[in-house]
Amino acid sequence: MTASTPPAAHLAQLNVATLRHPLDDPRIAPFVELLDPVNAAADDAPGFVWRLVEDGAADATGLRPAGEDVIVNLTVWETQEALWDFAYRSGHLEVMRRRREWFERHVEAHLVLWWVPAGHLPTVDEALERLADLRAHGPSPRAFTFASAYSAAEAAQNLQAIPPAQDDQVVPPARHEQPATSTRATPAGDAAAV
Amino acid sequence: MEDINAIAMLQDPVRRRLYEYVAGQGREVGRNEAAEAAGVARTLAAHHLDKLTEAGLLESGSRRLTGRSGPGAGRPAKVYTRAAAERSVSLPARDYRTAAELLAEAAEEAGLDAGLCAAARRRGEALRGSAAPCGGLEDAMAVLAARGYEPHMEGGAEGVIGEAGAEGAIEEAGAAAVAGQAGEVAPVVRMRNCPFHAVAERFPPLVCGMNLALLEGLLGTDGPVRARMDARPGECCVVVESSKTNDD
Repeated sequence: MTASTPPAAHLAQLNVATLRHPLDDPRIAPFVELLDPVNAAADDAPGFVWRLVEDGAADATGLRPAGEDVIVNLTVWETQEALWDFAYRSGHLEVMRRRREWFERHVEAHLVLWWVPAGHLPTVDEALERLADLRAHGPSPRAFTFASAYSAAEAAQNLQAIPPAQDDQVVPPARHEQPATSTRATPAGDAAAV
Repeated sequence: MEDINAIAMLQDPVRRRLYEYVAGQGREVGRNEAAEAAGVARTLAAHHLDKLTEAGLLESGSRRLTGRSGPGAGRPAKVYTRAAAERSVSLPARDYRTAAELLAEAAEEAGLDAGLCAAARRRGEALRGSAAPCGGLEDAMAVLAARGYEPHMEGGAEGVIGEAGAEGAIEEAGAAAVAGQAGEVAPVVRMRNCPFHAVAERFPPLVCGMNLALLEGLLGTDGPVRARMDARPGECCVVVESSKTNDD
């Protein structure tokens, strides 16, 4: 997955899903069976960089940082297009199609995207902050969705326009190789649920 | 009125044959090949292919078809593909797309996936009428072609392994792939065109689920063929396969 000239920014993605039944419930079994093959497909997908995995486990479904019955999915991708193609143009779409069988419908935003410097792996706390930002302030270059996407360049400009809030905040370099955001219409709804 | 002018270009039978041939290949087509398919001389084909490109119905590029490069490889040949832009004309003016997008947005927000799929399945069954479930992959091709899906057979004797993404596609098939043995690819019908493209791109799980349910109703779920979701970039999210290949 490493190109000779890696892009300066990567796209981080968090989504949260509230389980309708516990993971060991037979009604959730079809979802649990899809976890390994779909995660393996993600690991091999073009543009995949990283996904959160619980220590000693194959995935992050055991971590419940956002609530007892809320599973989280935290990933990093080289481009928004790479994430899109995995989420909606791979075996993952089948999981998405059946989402209502397994997950509660969210009234608030449950997917957030943001740019990180290439090489930075977001923490769960950082990811949940971005989701809270999106929920509180709507889409911005700091926290957005497929339907309201910002390019890495726009996000970098935004970071430079305002003084960084935290000292340890990594400011991406001003120059970016990132291609412009696709003009393709993007979904207003869910994304990667696994 | 740009669309009506572009569509009017196709009234010429030679242009129409050329357009339909290029559109039907799903890849770059050279002038010689298109001329041969349309049964006209190369110069005439080139003239019309360029007219179609000017009108925005085709896109052109250049490519060395021989695979050679460097000095002596010759001039790159001009190749054509169908343009991605959608063209439509409605008289009087109608705007079903905005209606579809708004209905899809509301259905997405309200979580109406199950109700939408039930309606789509009923519609598929109604379109099939009293006919028995689709009898085989060839029949399925005809049904799908009539609805604009642009089906094509993949796998079987020809095989698809080796094409980029084929390996991934198998993994992505998830549980269904477990039944298939590596090295042996059963033929499947894939579709180049998504008739619901614009709304499917905005609300993929909702609209792709609707599409699958529609096709299940249309082809039947207990007959010799079955529709299954197997999304891939740039194509319809559904494949149709023989029911015997993947019993689960």
